[in-house]
Amino acid sequence: MAEIQNYTMNFGPQHPAAHGVLRLVLEMDGETVMRVDPHVGLLHRATEKLAESKPFNQSIGYMDRLDYVSMMCNEHAYVRAIEQLLGIEPPPRAQYIRTMFDEITRVRNHLMWVGSNGLDLGAMTVFIYAFREREMCMDMYEAVSGARMHATYYRPGGVYRDLPDQMPVYQETQWTKGKDLKRKNEWREGTLLDFIEAFAKDLPSKIDEYETLLTDNRIWKQRTVGIGVVSPERALQHGFTGPMLRGSGVEWDLRKKQPYAMYDQMDFDIPVGVAGDCYDRYLVRIEEMRESAKIILQCVKWLKENPGHVMLKNFKVIPPTREEMKDDMEALIHHFKLFTEGYCVPEGETYAAVEAPKGEFGCYLLSDGANKPFRVHLRAPGFAHLASMDEITRGHMLADVPAMIGTFDLVFGEVDR
Amino acid sequence: MSPELIAQLQFVLWTVLKIAGIMVVLILGVAYYTYAERKVIGFMQVRKGPNRVGFFGLFGKFHFWGLGQPLADVFKLLLKEIIIPQNANRFLFLLAPILSVAPAFAAWAVIPADDWLVLADINAGLLYVLAMTSLGVYGLIVAGWASNSKYAFLGALRSTAQMVSYEIAMGFSLIGVLLLAGSLNLTEIVLAQSGGLFDWYWLPLLPLCMIYIISGVAETNRAPFDVAEGESEIVAGFHVEYAGASFAVFFLAEYANMILISALTTIFFFGGWLSPFQNAPLLGDTILGAGGVHWFLIKLVFFMFTFLWLRATFPRYRYDQIMRLGWKVFVPITIAWVMVASCMAVFGIVDRGV
Repeated sequence: MAEIQNYTMNFGPQHPAAHGVLRLVLEMDGETVMRVDPHVGLLHRATEKLAESKPFNQSIGYMDRLDYVSMMCNEHAYVRAIEQLLGIEPPPRAQYIRTMFDEITRVRNHLMWVGSNGLDLGAMTVFIYAFREREMCMDMYEAVSGARMHATYYRPGGVYRDLPDQMPVYQETQWTKGKDLKRKNEWREGTLLDFIEAFAKDLPSKIDEYETLLTDNRIWKQRTVGIGVVSPERALQHGFTGPMLRGSGVEWDLRKKQPYAMYDQMDFDIPVGVAGDCYDRYLVRIEEMRESAKIILQCVKWLKENPGHVMLKNFKVIPPTREEMKDDMEALIHHFKLFTEGYCVPEGETYAAVEAPKGEFGCYLLSDGANKPFRVHLRAPGFAHLASMDEITRGHMLADVPAMIGTFDLVFGEVDR
Repeated sequence: MSPELIAQLQFVLWTVLKIAGIMVVLILGVAYYTYAERKVIGFMQVRKGPNRVGFFGLFGKFHFWGLGQPLADVFKLLLKEIIIPQNANRFLFLLAPILSVAPAFAAWAVIPADDWLVLADINAGLLYVLAMTSLGVYGLIVAGWASNSKYAFLGALRSTAQMVSYEIAMGFSLIGVLLLAGSLNLTEIVLAQSGGLFDWYWLPLLPLCMIYIISGVAETNRAPFDVAEGESEIVAGFHVEYAGASFAVFFLAEYANMILISALTTIFFFGGWLSPFQNAPLLGDTILGAGGVHWFLIKLVFFMFTFLWLRATFPRYRYDQIMRLGWKVFVPITIAWVMVASCMAVFGIVDRGV
């Protein structure tokens, strides 16, 4: 009698649910997954190595491109590492702006996540709904940095520039005019902060909309409850962070446990799951968006009341303004030095981590005193999550594989670096 | 030539002409159903849907809300290369789309849109419809097997299991209709429901009606039961290797089947072409009160819309969950309600039809 063998199936790297370039080699017994072998590295761009060959500031832009769904949080980790070695502390206004934009980034990431996870499980409408709001987050990025995704906005010593006084408005086109135009520009009459405030106030009602589509949906529950259960112990052993860890019931959030920027001033809660399955992780992320809206509103309130510098006045690290450069010899020299050689960071090593939307995004920085880092290592949360793929998915069905990929919130920019 | 032969020839020609008529209407219907799908789902998802393609630029800048889109899609698909994978079974690979589209069209032969508007008013109409809709699955199986691809193969296996399971629930719900109508002839089934909105079979057979609609969605492999082509799991399932015209034919079959299921739901449970205000005072003789094609079309469009609505709303079931729903929920309920229906028929709670 012929022996029945399991068969292997290739899942990706070109697959609608592979979230980029994930390649899984699945060993299948019928519809049941017996073994998962994730292959990573297809999007390896040697970010860490590239950072070794250029001045510190020039690598900030590379950080955006790591986890290209939560750009500013990556920048934050890198910039904080440099600041720690330099021993500088940005002014409070810059810290508040960073806190606010970290949260906008979190909302942005989770909107993308709720949409794409919905799509992975076949719910297409929530994807488009989420993108409607995500578009506004992109507009905020654009208003503040000029770029909709890869902002390069944070700098050691603060942020690149202050928030604009005027939120850009939509122009009339052949397709957007009259009532449409008015509705689109409704929140954009005032400053960027007004726009962000209106957005953050409205966000919970929009989240309710996504929840009507998913949270109590029987099919959604059947697809997520009890799928990919991770016990708290196992989650810690795997090095899970972020919603993956909190979904398992471990209350760990760097914003609370090792506060950075202005998080110790903020009033917010950490949602924690119970069962550690896909559904709990979904609930945690939805709840995090609501908490983010709360933080954003607090930051907006403070920023409206307290104008001030957004950059340190330290010409050894931060370039002088253009006007200063034009009529001050010293400033001109600093300007020239900073834009040719950059600044030198004292010898030493440090690790700075932020609570990125996906988990702990850390930057280990080793400096030998030159104007370039000696070594940069980036700790990507997705990499640790993906490593548990085999253990968690084993014994589930093929249809649960996309659910798992979705719940990991994988972005290959950061996994492959 | 003898006059008999001429008469026969005339009959054949006339029938062929009628078949051609049905085909044209159906294909156009499918084309604009795809358009409607994109528009409807577009509006549900706060976006616009196709709105660029007009008619060959005939009307200058005016695009007619993108009404030319289906034509453009059809021509694009027809002109593209049919790629046949190297290790595929060439004959079966090309046969599969035909196997899948032929029954979808053939079933229309017995669908009455009005009491005079039917190609073949045969007595075993219901059996014929069941036979045809069951045959459609062969196209899927053959496609999945002939493609020599694991995704396609999995898709084919899934759709086979799913169709076989849901056919049972579907068959049982039709037995309820059969018991009340007392006929297999579709025209007679409709006529047996005469009397107005509350005389249609959806009311006495409410559970069967719901199950029929849901099984219909499963039969046609539409969301939320679209595991056979589950985009995010097995890419496109059984037709992952198909391109160009051969893919278009699968597409045609799927949409023709959706329209067919909508038409059957209308006929079996919602009084076909009958008016809901039949015998109502005042309205009795107006266009609202009289039955006709317009009522058939209105109901048809409503159920077609339901398919799109479901697709925009629900996540996809997992394969084993579909099986569970089919065997452990639908089949028992239908069997139980068939009993209830027969009691209704025996004790005269519902008027037996013919």
